[in-house]
Amino acid sequence: MSATYIARSSAVAARRLGDEMVVMSAVDSTLFSLSEVAAILWECADGRTPLECIVRERVCSEFEVDAETALRDAEEFARALAAHGVLLISAEPIEPSAAQSAAAGDRA
Amino acid sequence: MLTHAPFAASQPQSPVRIGALPESARHALTIEIGGLPIGLHTADPDFRALLAARYSNFLRPESHAALEFELLATAPGPLPAKEKLEVRCEQGRWLLARGDFRAWFDLRAHRGHLACVPNPYSVDTLLRVVHSLLLARAGGLLLHASGGIREGRGFLFSGVSGAGKTTMARLAPPEVRLLTDEISYVRGGGEGFRVFGTPFAGELGIQGEDVSAPLAAIYLIEHGPANRLAAVAESDAARQLMRNTLFFARDAELVAAVFATVCELVRVIPVFRLEFLPDSRVWELVR
Repeated sequence: MSATYIARSSAVAARRLGDEMVVMSAVDSTLFSLSEVAAILWECADGRTPLECIVRERVCSEFEVDAETALRDAEEFARALAAHGVLLISAEPIEPSAAQSAAAGDRA
Repeated sequence: MLTHAPFAASQPQSPVRIGALPESARHALTIEIGGLPIGLHTADPDFRALLAARYSNFLRPESHAALEFELLATAPGPLPAKEKLEVRCEQGRWLLARGDFRAWFDLRAHRGHLACVPNPYSVDTLLRVVHSLLLARAGGLLLHASGGIREGRGFLFSGVSGAGKTTMARLAPPEVRLLTDEISYVRGGGEGFRVFGTPFAGELGIQGEDVSAPLAAIYLIEHGPANRLAAVAESDAARQLMRNTLFFARDAELVAAVFATVCELVRVIPVFRLEFLPDSRVWELVR
């Protein structure tokens, strides 16, 4: 099975407000409120760490969930945010410049 | 204490002088909102008189302004009521277009043009857009909210059309100084946030006063069966305030700046949900 990498788009603003992580697409101003688990995935989306590692080391270790279910949910979450252009998904590690060009492409 | 805070951060290093504009544009006036003076120049004395009356609370005698606009008259015609406003930036020059006007300006050169049938509504829109852009960079924003100053503290009542902004302004006790019944001017700084009066009027049809005060609280208003106050979580407050913020430009950097301002606003300013009856007792909850 190939690895999945996720990276935050640069055209995104994110803030922790109280207990909640709020992410906004700066392209269309859509706001997303992330759950506790989603916030962990968001914060770890550095483009270099495989999603499976993030899930195993940061999600399964803190929440009572099996790795297979957690990975499936994480991939679904990643696809949902990617559809709005706030997260990038790739089978290869993602360079920071790729996140910036994706954002520039959205703005063009 | 009510103060009139200067907008020092947005003042140009070398303000443009009226004399730099064509001789024909000699009927000038300076409108200062939120401490930011904007000069308008027209060859039409009647248009100047119309604008002077419309913005009478915010006129300044001085001829220096952070931005200077020349107003160009276009042929009269029916004004489309609902045509969408387009705002875009091309190579540092902002372009605005709607059925009733065209405008372009360069914030670095501190000048621009507005072509419209002489009427205050086009100028109102231009001023809102310019202020929203400048405020975004300066840690402030324009909010769909009525507002008032009571005992030296500013209170805002934010909501969509029909939520009761004008009603809250109408119900205000006599000691409250009206900032606006429609569009509030909020600016951040080293000492928290301040609110300023604006000439942007809603159903009340009158300008706010040219005063400002530290922002004490924001109320997200809605009509309800009783006067009721409830705290709002920061994330909900931010979401609601983003919806109620006036911002016209599709510019990712500026949108992110507005989002950062809203997040800071809900972090330091108490935000409440206020259900209310159209009854002056609702102001007993405003403290």
